[in-house]
Amino acid sequence: MPRTLIIAHHDGDRLNPSTSKCVSCALELGNEIDLAVFAEDPAAVAAEAATLTGVTRVLTSVQSDSGHRLAAVLAPQIAATAADYSHLLAPATTFGKDLMPRVAALLGVAQVSDLMAVVSPYTFKRPIYAGSVIVTVTAPSDQVVVATVRIASYPAAAGGGSAPIEPLEVTCELPTHTRYLGLEASAGDRPDLQSAARVVAGGRALASAENFELIYQLADRLGAGVGASRAAVDAGYVPNDTQIGQTGKIIAPELYFAIGISGAIQHLTGIKDAGTIVAINKDADAPIFEVADIGLVGDLFQVVPELEQALADG
Amino acid sequence: MKILVGIKRAIDYNVRVQLRPDGAGVVTDGVKMSINPFDEIALEEALRIREAGKAEEVVAVSIGPPDAQQQLRTALAMGADRAILVDTAESVQPLTAARILLKITEREQPGLVIVGKQAIDDDNGQTGQMLAALWGRPQATFASRVELGDGTMRVVREVDVGLETIEVDLPAVITADLRLNEPRFVKLPEIMKAKRKPLDVLALTELGVESGSQLQIDAHEPPAKRQRGVRVEDVPGLVAALKQRGLL
Repeated sequence: MPRTLIIAHHDGDRLNPSTSKCVSCALELGNEIDLAVFAEDPAAVAAEAATLTGVTRVLTSVQSDSGHRLAAVLAPQIAATAADYSHLLAPATTFGKDLMPRVAALLGVAQVSDLMAVVSPYTFKRPIYAGSVIVTVTAPSDQVVVATVRIASYPAAAGGGSAPIEPLEVTCELPTHTRYLGLEASAGDRPDLQSAARVVAGGRALASAENFELIYQLADRLGAGVGASRAAVDAGYVPNDTQIGQTGKIIAPELYFAIGISGAIQHLTGIKDAGTIVAINKDADAPIFEVADIGLVGDLFQVVPELEQALADG
Repeated sequence: MKILVGIKRAIDYNVRVQLRPDGAGVVTDGVKMSINPFDEIALEEALRIREAGKAEEVVAVSIGPPDAQQQLRTALAMGADRAILVDTAESVQPLTAARILLKITEREQPGLVIVGKQAIDDDNGQTGQMLAALWGRPQATFASRVELGDGTMRVVREVDVGLETIEVDLPAVITADLRLNEPRFVKLPEIMKAKRKPLDVLALTELGVESGSQLQIDAHEPPAKRQRGVRVEDVPGLVAALKQRGLL
């Protein structure tokens, strides 16, 4: 019987919004959906997951320590559960990208990365070459499908549901060769880049970490998350986890500001699902203007403060 | 300790990839090929570990057509001690690549395997994790800093919310992220020297690897195009355009 298992991405307290987008993808498969929460204390995350419309059951597995953050520890438990399912999904966040290939290899099956559309229960679309090409792939229908879901391709699932929460019993030997030591979160108070409705991003033209303050001010005025091009990250203006693009984050905000970003193909692949793209750049021929919905040719050092002031004035 | 590094031949980072007119893939004739940039970072890290006196040998491995010897020669010029090409004309998917690398790992018994976190052609990002699973060893993906201990390695990983630190027992598989290091440039004398370094070619059929589960590739198509937008002259124009769309 076809049945989908989604592996919840969470931080121990809250469900990561990417999980809800996975539910929207799973709904296209047409199967009943189980959502598994592996955590030291899964209760709060499970309660949140149970409200997602479309989820049939939430399954909780109590983990003894922070080992559940490790793919090496989680993968054998998921593989041991796989026999009951036709599809295993996780979001294509660093969590899912780390985990699911390990699960697939333990099961001896291929894995679909960055699933962006369901054509039929075993046929999917996914991007290659930084999204320059979309391929349609078919997985063997006599094996479980293991996939990561490109979260920018799916909306969040609706809330208001009330799925039952049941314990998941898994018995398998867990490795001790990998140990979790800690996380240095670079967050702050700004909205999370991958789920923010608005994102303001800066590029190399900002020219220094100090000048990036302009981007932060505009972002705060808009209640937006902050992103950056690879060039700006490489130059050390902003932390690595702000990078948007092929090798960074793929985002789909309603409103995206590309400021001083030329628009290399590797960057564009990270924003092509944005609702409205606004580009501000000095170079009228910059490729970013080919994808921008609203383009303004101008010096960002004049335009951005003026824009921030205009927004402040309402 | 011996370090094994995966080297994939891929279309160069700077090439604008074109779809073939018959839709059966992308244009590769006359297109510049290079080492996948993440694999170059993987190799650089292996070389630095050897240069720090913590490894004796760096072996570069590629899976691909005979032409992939070019990328292996570049790897040798960068400083790898020897190279192995697993020769196959077939397009190899990650699970098969992992099975092949497992065979090489069994032969070579490395203390560490480093590969790129993804190849910029198929953007799968699976091979390192799959090798680690099949080998029954730790994986440390998206590595931005590594520190060798006594039979262990401490790895800082680039995750969505920041930097995560884990410790793995060796042997282990590391996948290199963008900011692990900046790969060195190859100098001419090293290119000459690399011609004399050993490069073994093994036929895939000799290794006895079954390809197993594969995804069937049905079609290639261009991505959906965005509508061309409007230009505004100044900030008031921009604010008006945003208001018109209901975004402010």
